[in-house]
Amino acid sequence: MAAKKPTKKPNVSADELKGFYRDMLLIRRFEEKAGQLYGMGLIGGFCHLYIGQEAVVVGLEATAKEGDQRITTYRDHGHMLACGMDPKGVMAELTGREGGYSKGKGGSMHMFSKEKEFYGGHGIVGANVPLGAGLAFVNNYRDNDHVCFTYFGDGAANQGQVYETFNMAALWDLPVIFVIENNKYAMGTSQTRSTSSKDIHTRGEAFGIPGETVDGMDVIAVRDAGQKAVEHARAGKGPYILEVMTYRYRGHSMSDPAKYRTREEVQKVREKSDAIEHVRELLLSGKHATEEDLKAIDKETKEIINEAADFARESPEPAIEELWTDIYATETPQNA
Amino acid sequence: MATEILMPALSPTMEEGTLAKWLVKEGDTVKSGDIMAEIETDKATMEFEAVDEGIIGKILIEEGTEGVKVNTAIAVLVEEGEDVPEDAGKTEAATSDDEEKDEKSEDGDEEETTSAPDEQEVKAARAAAPDGPDPKAAAAPEPDWPEDTEIRQQTVREALRDAMAEEMRRDDSVFLMGEEVAEYEGAYKITQGMLDEFGAKRVVDTPITEHGFAGVGVGAAFGGLRPIVEFMTWNFAMQAIDQIINSAAKTLYMSGGQMGCPIVFRGPNGAAARVAAQHSQDYAAWYAQVPGLRVVMPYSASDYKGLMKTAIRDPNPVVFLENEILYGRSFDVPVMEDFTVPFGKARIWREGADVTIVSFGIGMSYAMEAAEKLSENGIEAEVIDLRTLRPLDYDTVIASVMKTNRCVTVEEGWPVASIGNHLSAHIMTHAFDYLDAPVLNVTGKDVPMPYAANLERLALISTDEVIEAVRQVTYR
Ligand SMILES: Cc1ncc(C[n+]2csc(CCOP(=O)(O)OP(=O)(O)O)c2C)c(N)n1
Ligand SMILES: [Mg+2]
Repeated sequence: MAAKKPTKKPNVSADELKGFYRDMLLIRRFEEKAGQLYGMGLIGGFCHLYIGQEAVVVGLEATAKEGDQRITTYRDHGHMLACGMDPKGVMAELTGREGGYSKGKGGSMHMFSKEKEFYGGHGIVGANVPLGAGLAFVNNYRDNDHVCFTYFGDGAANQGQVYETFNMAALWDLPVIFVIENNKYAMGTSQTRSTSSKDIHTRGEAFGIPGETVDGMDVIAVRDAGQKAVEHARAGKGPYILEVMTYRYRGHSMSDPAKYRTREEVQKVREKSDAIEHVRELLLSGKHATEEDLKAIDKETKEIINEAADFARESPEPAIEELWTDIYATETPQNA
Repeated sequence: MATEILMPALSPTMEEGTLAKWLVKEGDTVKSGDIMAEIETDKATMEFEAVDEGIIGKILIEEGTEGVKVNTAIAVLVEEGEDVPEDAGKTEAATSDDEEKDEKSEDGDEEETTSAPDEQEVKAARAAAPDGPDPKAAAAPEPDWPEDTEIRQQTVREALRDAMAEEMRRDDSVFLMGEEVAEYEGAYKITQGMLDEFGAKRVVDTPITEHGFAGVGVGAAFGGLRPIVEFMTWNFAMQAIDQIINSAAKTLYMSGGQMGCPIVFRGPNGAAARVAAQHSQDYAAWYAQVPGLRVVMPYSASDYKGLMKTAIRDPNPVVFLENEILYGRSFDVPVMEDFTVPFGKARIWREGADVTIVSFGIGMSYAMEAAEKLSENGIEAEVIDLRTLRPLDYDTVIASVMKTNRCVTVEEGWPVASIGNHLSAHIMTHAFDYLDAPVLNVTGKDVPMPYAANLERLALISTDEVIEAVRQVTYR
């Protein structure tokens, strides 16, 4: 987990730090609210919360530029908020309403925004990894310098298609950053029980893909590592692997009693390594912000989230005609 | 401003729970993420975290209270210096802010579910899938056991586990592998107690590598073992379908009969509730198309048990399609030393002379409910549960259609190239002169499964659709 925080002064501006704080807090409050709405029966099915992992996506988004793509798994709410998607539309998708990003047809695990270059939201473990390489393929094909951030978990890292993808990405120098969000568990299976080697980031070596581990509870460390990886990929040198060490505080999904780890283990990370607390301390100790400033950010964040929740409840269910739309890109009638 | 803390739903199916323990007391300050209480659902104890910051002004429900309805106020949170308002705790479950909950309980599927983690049961939200008749009342004209056999009620979940455990005791070449099957005891809690009894050599947790471990299973079967491979759900077996078909199903033929593949691939199939397109597919028709595979899709607990035992003993690769919503449902199961059900033999659940309804798996619950309702209106349906799709008991279907002259098929899968389409063609070929109406197929809609509650309800089959189809073929 999070190593000792660096003592040297981090290379980050006050504004950037405040931005990190704001963005991470938005994700956390959003997820807490989603958990609450799930508890009230307003969200159904599977709902995988990102609480604890906020620094990963916020740090990496800080290195993205307009036109870069991102793709992830079912644990996707944080990624959507971090790339600038509207919390209202995300929350309304969770409640299965018309105002959701997929008009209520996709739900928590399957959401997309072409506008923000967010390519989902995928429910099948491992399947999004080659898709990410495919998006990167487009960048080479079009001869631009965009990169694709492809996120997946420690459990997903064992799927065969990941290695098929590594080979092609290296072979064709695809500008893809493979971000392995190692939160130590795949559902109830700890990494040690599923993975033959201790390190996942070294798994690209056989293909000639550089990789490194990153402290995922330190948003600045994530940003720094991200910058290096992005420069590599933008310069046409091919893929890069970042194994970002993080932790999910909640169960795998809403209904996981999480008996495979102790409460103490979770508490320890929360108390010692929480990414938001870390930034908060940096802001206060560096005199970049006062307690009052941070309270104001908290308040604004809560307001945004409450508005999103209200919108998600009030937005109507999709019209029943929607059952039959979007199956084909053209209006070809169904044959049954 | 004081806010009420409401009893949460901690699983997709929870309607009430026990407030097992308070971890905070009145006067304590809490902030979001603090664990406030332990709440027991029917299967697991879950921690309940604070969302808002404040001071616990009043605890409204004492610890140890059972049957606390979801959305009942259990405590009041106040701000520094604020008093607990007089009317605190007036919120009662159904009056709180979601009509949706009401709607759900009306749809009323009370059946229990597991504590399964994610990939989980979800079903309170599920409008469809009626509970089916009282299993005792559903007198089976052809039970699979001798008349004086002792009967007990068992869930499908328990029956499946018992079948696997009995076969593992009987034959030490049988072993089980899959994601979360050992230490976690199954994502849907099917393999409870199996690691304890059989040890890690025979109950093997795999990484998330469906294509890989399906292949390892097939190789082990070639080498003489009898693997049971659990897919967390059949949706994930699409990663592995090449091994199931190209390696498992075809090798006996390609080797001129030398090398068979005695393996069981099993797991939940079809829609659960609100898990959307990638997690809701019914593969019955897909696998039923493949020569070399046995395909089993049971409805009742006794069939789950008897057919699973037959599947494990069968020398061929078996695709065993289970259903998450049925897992918690109870049925009569005979208490017998060694109860098996043969492949290729349908079960007639209900006799009737007016129309034949043919179904299998979860479709049976709609078929049976429709039959009861139709009976109230004087239409007596004969309901046939195919139980296995390969081999398929054509004889029972044809004999029934020759008697009733009308047939409706019911399945949850997609309409194109469905099992119902196949049966219609078979009936047309073999009982054309007996038909008084075209065979109608009731199926799921020809769309990917939507997430939204209202659209999902429409995408699935319903009892009303079955009744409507019967009315059409009986011209009543
Ligand atoms: C192909 C496939 N197999 C199994 C599942 C069920 N499943 C969903 S998430 C998950 C665990 C994945 O863990 P990891 O990759 O570490 O990601 P995390 O959930 O920790 O973010 C599993 C087994 C699935 N969705 N797809
Ligand atoms: Mg993980």
